[in-house]
Amino acid sequence: MTVLRIVSAIIYILLGGLVAGLLAGIDRKFSARMQGRRGPSVFQPFYDVAKLFSKETLALNHGQFVIAFSFLILMILTGALFFAGVDILLVFLALSTAAMFLVFAATSSNSAMSTMGAQREMMQMLAYEPMVLITAVGFYMSTQIMNGGKGSFKIIDIASGDIPSIVYLPGIFLGFLFILTIKFRKSPFDISTSHHAHQELVKGVTTDLSGRNLGMIEVAHWYENTFLLGVVALFFLSNDWWSIPLAIAAAVVVYFIETIIDNVSARVKWELMVKLAWGVTIVCGGLNLLVLEYIF
Amino acid sequence: MAKITKSPWLLHYDGSSCNGCDIEVLACLTPVYDVERFGIINTGNPKHADIFLVTGGINEKNKAVVKQLYEQMPEPKVVVAVGICACNGGVFKDAYNIIGGVDKAIPVDVYVPGCAARPEAIIDGVVKALGVLDEKQKAFKEANKKKGADK
Amino acid sequence: METFIAILILFPFLAALVQAFIKSNSLRRISVYISSAAIIVATIVFAIMNFGKEQYLVSDKLIIGGSSLTGTVNYIMLAVEFILMGIITYLSFKYRKYYAAVLSIVQTAFVAWLELSGRAHATGFYMFCDNLTLILCLMIAVVGGLICVYAVGYLKDYHHHHGDEVKDRRSFFCAMLFVFLGAMFGIVFSSNLIWMYFFWEITSVVSFLLIGYTKTEEAVNNSFRALWMNLLGGVGFAAAIGFAAIGFHITNLQDLVALSDPAVVIPLICLALAALTKSAQLPFSRWLMGAMVAPTPSSALLHSATMVKAGIYLLIRIAPAMTGNLVGLTVALIGGFTFFVASIRAIIHTDGKKVLAYSTISNLGLIVACCGVGINETIWAAIFLMMFHCVSKSLLFQTVGSVEHTSGSRNIEDMHGLIKRYPALATAMTIGIAGMYLAPFGMLISKWSALQAFVDAGNIILVLLLAFGSATTLFYWTKWISKLLAYARPTIRRKDTTSLDQWVSIGGHTVMMVALCLVFPFLSGSLVTPIVNSLYGTKDFKPVLSDENLYILILMIIILALVLVAGFIITRLVKTKQTSVYMSGIDTGDERHYVGAFDEERTMYHANWYLSDLIGTDRLMNVATAVAAAGLIIGAVLTIGGVL
Repeated sequence: MTVLRIVSAIIYILLGGLVAGLLAGIDRKFSARMQGRRGPSVFQPFYDVAKLFSKETLALNHGQFVIAFSFLILMILTGALFFAGVDILLVFLALSTAAMFLVFAATSSNSAMSTMGAQREMMQMLAYEPMVLITAVGFYMSTQIMNGGKGSFKIIDIASGDIPSIVYLPGIFLGFLFILTIKFRKSPFDISTSHHAHQELVKGVTTDLSGRNLGMIEVAHWYENTFLLGVVALFFLSNDWWSIPLAIAAAVVVYFIETIIDNVSARVKWELMVKLAWGVTIVCGGLNLLVLEYIF
Repeated sequence: MAKITKSPWLLHYDGSSCNGCDIEVLACLTPVYDVERFGIINTGNPKHADIFLVTGGINEKNKAVVKQLYEQMPEPKVVVAVGICACNGGVFKDAYNIIGGVDKAIPVDVYVPGCAARPEAIIDGVVKALGVLDEKQKAFKEANKKKGADK
Repeated sequence: METFIAILILFPFLAALVQAFIKSNSLRRISVYISSAAIIVATIVFAIMNFGKEQYLVSDKLIIGGSSLTGTVNYIMLAVEFILMGIITYLSFKYRKYYAAVLSIVQTAFVAWLELSGRAHATGFYMFCDNLTLILCLMIAVVGGLICVYAVGYLKDYHHHHGDEVKDRRSFFCAMLFVFLGAMFGIVFSSNLIWMYFFWEITSVVSFLLIGYTKTEEAVNNSFRALWMNLLGGVGFAAAIGFAAIGFHITNLQDLVALSDPAVVIPLICLALAALTKSAQLPFSRWLMGAMVAPTPSSALLHSATMVKAGIYLLIRIAPAMTGNLVGLTVALIGGFTFFVASIRAIIHTDGKKVLAYSTISNLGLIVACCGVGINETIWAAIFLMMFHCVSKSLLFQTVGSVEHTSGSRNIEDMHGLIKRYPALATAMTIGIAGMYLAPFGMLISKWSALQAFVDAGNIILVLLLAFGSATTLFYWTKWISKLLAYARPTIRRKDTTSLDQWVSIGGHTVMMVALCLVFPFLSGSLVTPIVNSLYGTKDFKPVLSDENLYILILMIIILALVLVAGFIITRLVKTKQTSVYMSGIDTGDERHYVGAFDEERTMYHANWYLSDLIGTDRLMNVATAVAAAGLIIGAVLTIGGVL
């Protein structure tokens, strides 16, 4: 079991970025086709990042590299811990620490666009953080029900229940999907930075990063996306073999639902985002928890 | 080695254009012309851009701006002047405030004439610029290697 | 052993007496260093000697010089209590705040009556010492001692800055700091409620005197607010003693907690009231905000090692008796609610000390919630939260104080680019903030296990409050840290004028902070787990965090450190070109100005978000206070009504 856990963490470190990079390429192709365009190659994200690393790096200070580098490593570490099946709360806490470095990367620059982007990024964190914690609690309570009393935050325990935890956590799954739009930086919640070319703040948090610094942030985002899709898959995993293809299918479907949402919606203001996200968190997440506590 | 020509990101700056060329530049992004199929992205940020696309002539006020934007682009980079005004000032050439084409402020690599320049012409110009960009990337790499050897 | 404890408690009072009569600055400096060092060393020696032991001390049968020791001490305490009452009455008449005098007279008279009429006649032991006592002692001695050292350097600057506005009463101030330490030692060693009450009252009065140090109108008003709220808590304490003594013939905290009578909830809710006021929970939070007017060392002391921790200490002691009953529920909900509301409130402030104050209230709320839930897992979390909060909050207050003196402002907005201007202070401050909220540092780990424990306890409302409160906490700390780490080019270079005394303390705290994070698993296994076992009478308590997680956390700290070091090395090696910020091409070159539409140079300034139009009104706090007050009253009424 330990070997398996280490192997899956290593597979993630090796392939985690590539998977999300490819997905990002497919996303761009898919979006283009929906808009009646041909769109770029599915490998376009890789060309972009390779180019960024080959270019000259313009930096405002030495701190930018350190922070971008830390962001990348911490993000990989977060995902690796997730795929190694450790405590899910630990993983989520590591995630928020990593996310903090993106904010620091922006504010360290003393630039107006980056700083505004950073404030919005913090707003996004404020919006999604409660739901992330509640998701972890939901997993815990579902294992509590499945194991008859003894709950566990451990990802391997959550993934090896008798039935997929989505059965107990439909509300939390919906809430998680909602904040996933924020985390994927998709419209209508791509307010701090966008995965599109630019937005009203030029490029938000990454405005003043260039060359390899920007490349590292891009790669970190790939790793982040793979990890987040891993969390989606976790909702569908159980100790039956068929849950694995089901989970992968679910993750892929969720990704394309996010792409569609991205294409059909316009960016909202941050006030609305926070209100919506907190509202959904209380309604979907809170109710789901209450039901689990008092009915099961 | 990464080919920069596979992922040219573009910064579009409107000098003192009448907006005719700008509309045509934006038209290139529409489904009809779809420049994204070449990997071209309109970034709006010099620090991310490889191609500096300028429409309209240079006047006293925007000269410094164009220069600063150009300086903030990382090497290798190319400049494309789109429309006759960007090439040499066009009909505004003799206006009291106009200095002339973009080359009065920064070195230009490709000139795309026209009033307004047609999307096909703009795409042609950008593709031509990609050739220049490729050359520059090679030179940039050579220079880097040499510097490394000097160290 | 008794002698040693007596020395620990009495020595700070003695040191205070010495301070009170020293007028020379250099002499004061030397004596503070000696006294603090003596307290720290003595406490560490004491802790090592008594590590892992659980002992009842000071029997009423102890005879010294022909008379009962405890009897004599009781009379001395009673006399001192009357003196304190006299001081409060005099000052309240002087400043026309008569309500304080009323509260003080009522409770002192009541306790005196209990004692003199023999109703509160104590039997058995008066003092108790276990690992929890030792942890508190170490916190008080090390953090408190260092704060005294800091105070010496700080006050010199302070009076230099404030000139004639504030009367120089430095000897009084230092004396009060030491009295505080002595009183705190008294609280944590006391098992007898009357003794504990005595020291409890001393802390109330001393904090009142410290807050009023500058004697400005604001300071006087705030100090009286602190006084009446704490005296109200004192009334609660006195009532608890009355109930316990008359109802159950118990005057001993440990016996009271072990009692299995359902009516025990009445003294418990009274004690909880006392603890909530001391720990500045809603609806009593405002006194701690007002305490900001005092010089920074006293804020550092009130917020970290002493005062607010006295309330927490009492709650941890009575937690086993609160498990699953209405008292526990009331306390837990008030704590969780305070955690959430105070963390929202911390967002709107630009004043560094105010943010720290709200964060104290907020974090204490979390600890109170842990105590209120009262199962062994939450107590484990509560003790760790208390330790980490103590060190990092003390560190933060001190760095903010030093930054204020050296740069002239404690406004967070003015701390923009502090890492460039005052690298050492900014690093210490960053470590303090990171300790407060970032994984893998202490506070967050404890918060995490608190979350898990809340789920185990089945309290979904607390889980929700914690989830939302964590998000807001994340917000206000992140924006602060991001101001510090802005690599702005400094406009004015100023010398860091922080004195050596301040550095001794700040440096000591920084080292402690990092060390605490690293020895976390060890502390858990050898120090905190035994406390939980002894409080709950179990043998095999396992903290909610498995060993695997603790080692992963340490691994994370190491990786983080390595990554930062590697980052700094690589960034020197790789080629980067310096550039200016993107400002639409109109930057004038210094990143601070841009060219305006009329070719003029305009200043650019970017501030953090404080959301003052959304949550900046006082209404939020007033409503929250009213809700908490209503909750407390309903909880108390239901508790008492349920028994009668």
